[in-house]
Amino acid sequence: MNLAYRDIKHNLLRFVLTNFGLSLLLGIVIMITGVYGGLIDDALRQARAANADIWVVEAGTNGPFAEASRIPGDTRELVSRVYGVERAGSVTYQSVQTIVSDKPLRLFLIGFEPGRPGGPRQLSDGREILRSHYEMIVDRSSGLMLGQEVPLGTHGHRFTVVGLMRDEVTSSGDPVGYITLRDAQTLQFESAPPAARRELARGGGLETNDQINAVIAKVSPYVPEAEVAAALSRWKHLTALTQDQQETLLSKFVIEKARKQQGLIMVLLVIVSAVIIALIVYTLTMDKVRSIATLKFVGAPDRTIIGLIVQQALSMGIFGYFAGLALVLVFKPYFPRRLVLDPESVGIVFIITVVICLAASTLGIRLALKVDPAEALASSG
Amino acid sequence: MAETGRQPVVRVEHLSKHFGQGTARVDALVDINLEVFPGQVVGLMGPSGSGKTTLLHCIACILEPSSGRITLDGEAVYDERWLKADLRRLRLDKIGFIFQYPNLLPFLDGSDNVAIVLDLAGFSAAAARTRAIELLDYLEVGHRKHALPKQLSGGEAQRVAIARALANRPRIILADEPTAPLDSARARIVMDLLRRIAVEQSAAIIVVTHDKMILDRFDHIYRLRDGRLETDAAAGRQLATTAVV
Repeated sequence: MNLAYRDIKHNLLRFVLTNFGLSLLLGIVIMITGVYGGLIDDALRQARAANADIWVVEAGTNGPFAEASRIPGDTRELVSRVYGVERAGSVTYQSVQTIVSDKPLRLFLIGFEPGRPGGPRQLSDGREILRSHYEMIVDRSSGLMLGQEVPLGTHGHRFTVVGLMRDEVTSSGDPVGYITLRDAQTLQFESAPPAARRELARGGGLETNDQINAVIAKVSPYVPEAEVAAALSRWKHLTALTQDQQETLLSKFVIEKARKQQGLIMVLLVIVSAVIIALIVYTLTMDKVRSIATLKFVGAPDRTIIGLIVQQALSMGIFGYFAGLALVLVFKPYFPRRLVLDPESVGIVFIITVVICLAASTLGIRLALKVDPAEALASSG
Repeated sequence: MAETGRQPVVRVEHLSKHFGQGTARVDALVDINLEVFPGQVVGLMGPSGSGKTTLLHCIACILEPSSGRITLDGEAVYDERWLKADLRRLRLDKIGFIFQYPNLLPFLDGSDNVAIVLDLAGFSAAAARTRAIELLDYLEVGHRKHALPKQLSGGEAQRVAIARALANRPRIILADEPTAPLDSARARIVMDLLRRIAVEQSAAIIVVTHDKMILDRFDHIYRLRDGRLETDAAAGRQLATTAVV
């Protein structure tokens, strides 16, 4: 006879209400796990989207994500000539903010050379950039539609959305957009007309905007990447980073603080969940003290009593976990940033939940084992 | 009150129980000697604080005596070889307990409240259920087998509790004020039922009571005063000698 099941069935409404609260709490734990996963995934996607083997950046910097990097626009020609480099492409990176439909829109813009490394990986809708100017490809999370025009930069140019991507956002959650390198250079390096006029008036002359943030190189499979990187680093004004180094910089340093914050919140939530589950189990056990005393009196072994408490704690945790997971999955598309719930991390949260329930039930078990069977003889009915 | 040729089911010899030490010491039971034979129903009376419940706890194996010896169905309990788990098992196999209030498990229906004892004893679910329903029918509450304790009247709940006490065919039945929540007519019905069970199952039944209306239902009455036992055989009926053993 399963006493835990009978007790739950008898107090079904209380069980459901308690579990609803618990599912919200465990849902938040799962959500934070998703945010944590999304943070790392987004950061790495940014680097992986370029499909690079080697990143060539300004000497002495960890650019272009961890630090600012600015190198001459003709660096790509230099890199292309190095032994082992199959293809190379120039890229720029910049954050922009504009107004679309009276709402502010933040974008992380990547300038790339169409047909060369550094462009968007896969489109979910629309087409590649075919014209030299004023076309863009953006992530769907920006809310922009195909054909929509977006004003960008100090010159008031309007860019037409020609392609859409999915799940291309930065580690801070901003949607990624791709434009041609020439447009990106204009946006990033060319002064606004009044500023340019003032610069001319003070004798500064016209500044060049033929600068880039990095060169992305694809290396021949027959040549070791490290060898190519070493060859590139011989130029004193350049630093070459392999893709692994770039990913390490992103995951270990760029998002380190955010990662720690998320991790701390997750640990705190797990502790809060453990305390709450322990209190619920303890309260449920307190409610059953007389029944436990009666069971002991009639000869029930300790394992029956422990089984009752542990099974209830586990069923509460497991029900709460799956209800919480369902809530997160339902509301995931409406969450303001991308949640990445891979089976491994979701599985770890499940195991943590089970461990919490087992640990939390020890408080109830301690109470139950201390119950004197003589309490069943107490005169109150 | 030794009876020639028969072994008592409950034998208590020189039992003492005290609480506290030194000046705070309270002697709850002093040199108690008691025997209950198969088929006997004995009453245990006394004023509040006289030690009735302490004696019942000792016999029920939930309170260890300070000194003395208790033998239940031929087994001496509380010597050094007994573990807590063994005592619980002994309670499950040999002792049925009827509480002052029914103490039914609120989350089990009538039949499951009886079957739980058999389930704990290792009976199959089907066998436990069949026996539970048989007992409920025997106690004329079979029609309430699916009712939860809160849906039962006081008398019905007490009969379900009696059925639970009888489920394992115990040799010893201990009852703590079983008629307290009942009116006099129902109290007599319960006592007659206990008498019938004592005879049919050769069980020894000890009933703690204050109810003077049911004194004629006992074979012997023991009175406890300040932890000391006084027998009052004349007050009870000498029915045990005619009981089927």
